Amino acid sequence: MASSIRVRANANGDITEVQALIQHPMDTGLVKDAKGELIPAHFIQELKFECNGKDVFVANWGTAVSKDPYVKFSFKGAKKGDDLKISWTDNKGGSDTTTAKIS
Amino acid sequence: MKARLSLLLGSLGAALVAFALAAPRVVAADKVDPAADAKAFQNFFFQKFPNVKHEDFVNGPYSMNEDMKRQWQEKEEFPPYEFALDAGKEMFATPFKNGKTYADCFPNGGIGIRQNYPYFDTKEGKVVTLELALNRCREANGEAPYSYVKDEMASLTAYMAFTSRGKPMDIKIPDDPRALAAFENGKRYFYTRRGQMNFSCASCHVQSPGERIRAEILAPALGILNAMPIYRSEWSGMGTTSRRFVTCNSQTRAVPLEPQSDEYRDVEYFLSYVANGLPISGPGARP
Amino acid sequence: MTTTTGPHPTRRLILQGAASVALIGLGNLPFAAGPARAAANDKYPEEAFKQKSEADAIKALYGKTAEPSDKVKLDAPEIAENGGVVPVSVTTTLDKVTSISFFVAENPFALAASYKIPDGTIPGVANRLKMAKTTNVVAIVEADGKLFSATKEVKVTVGGCGG
Repeated sequence: MASSIRVRANANGDITEVQALIQHPMDTGLVKDAKGELIPAHFIQELKFECNGKDVFVANWGTAVSKDPYVKFSFKGAKKGDDLKISWTDNKGGSDTTTAKIS
Repeated sequence: MKARLSLLLGSLGAALVAFALAAPRVVAADKVDPAADAKAFQNFFFQKFPNVKHEDFVNGPYSMNEDMKRQWQEKEEFPPYEFALDAGKEMFATPFKNGKTYADCFPNGGIGIRQNYPYFDTKEGKVVTLELALNRCREANGEAPYSYVKDEMASLTAYMAFTSRGKPMDIKIPDDPRALAAFENGKRYFYTRRGQMNFSCASCHVQSPGERIRAEILAPALGILNAMPIYRSEWSGMGTTSRRFVTCNSQTRAVPLEPQSDEYRDVEYFLSYVANGLPISGPGARP
Repeated sequence: MTTTTGPHPTRRLILQGAASVALIGLGNLPFAAGPARAAANDKYPEEAFKQKSEADAIKALYGKTAEPSDKVKLDAPEIAENGGVVPVSVTTTLDKVTSISFFVAENPFALAASYKIPDGTIPGVANRLKMAKTTNVVAIVEADGKLFSATKEVKVTVGGCGG
């Protein structure tokens, strides 16, 4: 099973730019399906990026983040070849983790 | 007097003979001349939008509006079709139960060939689209066909388009009256008004590209298929050329045809041929 | 008879469900307004995400109010091509930034996303948000314990038949 997380992490000097795209429905709980029944809310609540044993970015999300969420940020202190660990948890207890090499 | 009359009659006769000789060719050229049609079609758009780079038409509404283009470029940094593309790549490489793969069904192993579809199959006497060829490949290998509109079909065509990005559309019309008839039929479908709103495909995508229909910006017909399949935010997912045709019909309150019906195949043939020379840009992302 | 009563239990169940959710929400309100919550807390700010109005959400998340600042640069389109996917980003020249949050004023729940910015992370983020209708997007940057905001109206129109 392919990971739900796609990451690009590129170090340029001291600054590493990270972009991530996550496959997730991000259902708001306000939308009805074709049968007229509410689709229960199902969304990522926390997304965390760790590098060299330290959190470098933590996202807390509600239902207004788009389906298949995207985020971009940059941080200092990493170099090419370092591991970047990405993990998320959703409101139904679902989760996924992956580790990407900074290039 | 007599001499003059006979001279007149003679020249009239000569003119008639000349006309009779020329007529069938002139009439035929007037009726079905795909090369001339494609030239006129492209020139229409190039003249209507002198500031749009020719190869930019394949980016649909984003070639028409700066604010939209910026949002698109932002999206393209990590495009929403990424997951479908990965899935398509994996599916393409995964063998069928009989051990064969999609690559066995296509020239060049299916890589970098999107620009040659659809083609006219002279044996069958019909247009064969990429979607159709993919399902035929599955069936020939004992697998059930996929839905033509989304999911697996969109993923597979996304991958095949991706391996062909930048290659100029290169649709051939063989010297076969049935191929010319298919082109002509597709053209007729494209320009015929239908449905409760009495719109043709051309009403929106030839007459009004760049203008808003309600809130959205209409894409130019030129190169519109070069971007297929597309991730549409409106669909929250991927759709194929088939899906695009079906939704176009239903949004203008016309009765959509079955995906891959002869007429849709002919429209795809016409629209792809007149975009010859413009690069494949699929998979695309659209509002 | 059976055919007409059939659907009722389900519908009632849904209504009851909705009512109890609403009651829980109301029941928690006073508590949420109580202690000031800093976004730097490690816990998921559940209460803040439940608030309908922007003001209540900011209060629940930070326990204070923000002042507009031209040092917060909010980038969002004039007209969203689709309300479901609106690219929004923030950068700032402020120092000691600890968090950045996005609010969509007239969404059913105003708080969309809140990001913790640890030391060493550049204070800036780009993401894609859902917007129910034309309204203000507000970005709040928490810097040195104070809140600074930038606001931009984004026009949202419902999808039709473009593309």
